[in-house]
Amino acid sequence: MTGGQHGADDHRADDQGAGHADPDGAKAAEPSCPSCGETVYPGEVFCEECGHRLAGAPPPEPVESAAPGGAGAAPAPAGDPCRGCGGTPIDADGYCETCGMRQPAERDHVEVELPAPGGGNGSGPVAAAGASDRGRRYSRNEDALALAAHAAGVAAVVCDGVGSSQRPEDASRTAADTGAAELVALLGAGEDPEDATRTAALRAASAVAALSTSPGDAPSCTYVSAVTRGGSVTVGWIGDSRAYWLSADGAVDPGEDGTGEGGDEEPATDGSGPETAELSTGDMAELGPSRRLTEDDSWAAFMIAQGALTEAEAEEHPNAHVITAWLGADAGQVSPHVATFRPAGPGTLLVCSDGLWNYFPAARDLAALLAAGPAAPGPDEPAAATASDAANGAGGTATDPAPGPVPDPGHDPAADPLGVARTLVRHALDAGGRDNITVAVIPIPAPRSPHSSIHESIPHSTEQPR
Amino acid sequence: MSEQPQFTVKIDQNKFLPEGGREVHAIVSVEAGAEGGAMPAPASTKASEVIIIDTSGSMSYPDTKLRAAVAAAQVAVDTLRDGVEFAVISGSNTASMVYPRQGGLVTASPQTKDKAKRALSGLRASGGTAIGSWLRLADELFDDVQGGIRHAILLTDGKNQHETPEELDAVLFRCGGRFVCDCRGVGTDWEVAELRKIASALLGSVDIVADPAGLVADFQAMTEAAMGKSVADVALRVWTPQTARLRFVKQVMPSVEDLTGKRVESAPQAGDYPLGAWGAESRDYHICVEVPPGEIGKELRAAWVKLVVPGAPGEEAQVLATGNVLAQWTDDEAQSTRINPRVAHYTGQAELAVAIQEGLQARKDGDFDTATARLGRAVVLADEAGNEAITAMLRKVVDVVDPATGTVRLKRHVEKADEMALDTRSSKTVRTRKDETLTTPRPGER
Repeated sequence: MTGGQHGADDHRADDQGAGHADPDGAKAAEPSCPSCGETVYPGEVFCEECGHRLAGAPPPEPVESAAPGGAGAAPAPAGDPCRGCGGTPIDADGYCETCGMRQPAERDHVEVELPAPGGGNGSGPVAAAGASDRGRRYSRNEDALALAAHAAGVAAVVCDGVGSSQRPEDASRTAADTGAAELVALLGAGEDPEDATRTAALRAASAVAALSTSPGDAPSCTYVSAVTRGGSVTVGWIGDSRAYWLSADGAVDPGEDGTGEGGDEEPATDGSGPETAELSTGDMAELGPSRRLTEDDSWAAFMIAQGALTEAEAEEHPNAHVITAWLGADAGQVSPHVATFRPAGPGTLLVCSDGLWNYFPAARDLAALLAAGPAAPGPDEPAAATASDAANGAGGTATDPAPGPVPDPGHDPAADPLGVARTLVRHALDAGGRDNITVAVIPIPAPRSPHSSIHESIPHSTEQPR
Repeated sequence: MSEQPQFTVKIDQNKFLPEGGREVHAIVSVEAGAEGGAMPAPASTKASEVIIIDTSGSMSYPDTKLRAAVAAAQVAVDTLRDGVEFAVISGSNTASMVYPRQGGLVTASPQTKDKAKRALSGLRASGGTAIGSWLRLADELFDDVQGGIRHAILLTDGKNQHETPEELDAVLFRCGGRFVCDCRGVGTDWEVAELRKIASALLGSVDIVADPAGLVADFQAMTEAAMGKSVADVALRVWTPQTARLRFVKQVMPSVEDLTGKRVESAPQAGDYPLGAWGAESRDYHICVEVPPGEIGKELRAAWVKLVVPGAPGEEAQVLATGNVLAQWTDDEAQSTRINPRVAHYTGQAELAVAIQEGLQARKDGDFDTATARLGRAVVLADEAGNEAITAMLRKVVDVVDPATGTVRLKRHVEKADEMALDTRSSKTVRTRKDETLTTPRPGER
């Protein structure tokens, strides 16, 4: 898991539509390989059929050569498919038959864009975006991400496979896909966002539990969903994946100083912890300054809530990442927490796995990253070249076809949510990338304007499975 | 080969390397079992057997040696499956046919076996020892058969005195890969290193039968094992990355045998290591690959191991089973410092064989300090490995003062047979203590 690999991890779009809704108009025109004629997709560096380097594809050199991952590998001759040495062929097990390097899985780095209604093919506005990355330490990405548009807004689901369970990557994939699909269906059927959130989470839980093949086999994952509708935001979660509100005006909730709880204002998630599951749907908390919207189901959160440990102490503790609720056959009764908010002004709804928040736990930290805009590309900067390769993930929108440009400085999440997601992922990688990193970014416009931007025929997009 | 057993390849290793780590170790376990776990009855397997009996003059001093050898060869003939092609050779300064008289191989049947046994009882001992010439005749006999299991048994009681080491080497070079030869030394006047060299070159076993009375059972076991083989000419094909270096390939079970030098280039970045014939049995191999250090998190296939039956020239090899030896770099020391128990076990036993052989050689050379140190180390290693057979043999050569530290004293009087037994069997290994008992009978190991 090197920067170089990330850089070259173009998300292949060739399995587009595999098991996913693929709305009309969301798919870009399909060019073909000049060598063998096979259909290729924007951003692909090599033809999947014959390995021919595609004209106009971004050359991988700047990223790959800058990556320390190339150590010991021969320089890559053009046109050869191994991401490490350029050798060929790659055998069925995914190892290069020249240098032996295991080729990055498609899921190792994934980027998704959800086109805004009416702007379906790449040039238009983007309703939401997400990025997911294997990180620098794990050999595979066990996080999963799904974005979908429903009749009156956006739904995002992020799931993090539990490393100690079997096939955690299947659990997270199943949960994210099920959750997003159920949210769209339930909201489309007119369900209240909180009921839809709770029901979708429970159905995702059932789907994950069904993956178990024996009592000793219980693929497991966390779950966090966020849906926008009208001027409201509803989040639901099980485990320690999180949602944050990042206000466009830069104000940060006083409780969000990175050392304490969510602060004195906990209107919607009052009482934190399991009680929030029984939260009434009546009073919507108003969202002003940036803050976290979820409360982890974790040992650390429990100890902090009990007053037994400070946040800093809890995070130092070996148990810090032990979660107290999850989806899986061995999870027992699953009680999703649900909370609804009404943003007072424009901002960004951020949904992420702990691969990001481990490094930037406080809303203040995340807001600062957003305000700073995209950092100058570092030596192992993965995002720039990956961007165009992978941007056309599921929605088929190649927003960034030029090789390797960095989104314009002074990030405007509303204009470039994918750029924001990428930037956040890269910050987590730069900070160490100890875990899989997944980020979904949903720009929230100023109140009152949202209604005008919501239409009926809305594309649906999720991250592609392998 | 209609009743070919099912082969499996299992890899034991810790794939995690620390930052900058280059050396990848793995134990490759190859097991062949008949379906359902029963012993295969490879009645249809084509096989040929040549029995070579030393009839040099020394075999009649005492006369029991020749008589025991003849009796053992007769039992071996009896053990042959009907239909197997066979012959019996006697060896002295030159080799000559015992049965059939006129040369060539004969199909085993009750009648031909009877004739062979009668011919054996007429053997007389005289002349010298020129083992290369005996093997050359065996090789000519095998020339007549195409494919199938080709196995020889060689019995000698003396040193190879009547031809030069170069002559012997030339014959071994020619015969290597053409047939498998199990070697037995009877009495104590033969040279362990010499017979070990022959057995190694011909992928066979070597052992001492100090008491001629033990020959019969031993020959029967060897012949039964040969008759139990169902696939001839199996090879371990090892692919390594272009930038990697294969440090060694060693058989470590049932005995230590360095195969590194036997490599035959077979495919791009791949070489074949001949393993001889297989029956329902299992053997373990230790592979060490040196790879260029990789980035933390990167995973590499450090070796791709395939068990193959190489085809005729121009033909694709038949792949029986495969396994991956991996390398993945991590900054988690808990992962990278863990040593795979089987790798550790067999590393210790390979060192044990070397310690014994070096210790005995030093003892012979009069370097008693080195002998004491090496044999002391051997005592520790044998104990660690749980290799009780070797421990027992070591105790006939040294007095153990402290088995934990390896403090030993050389015994003043050591039986020649005990010393030779220790030397000969120094490379015999045992499985990891924690390993489950074998589920498959191993005919070669009785």
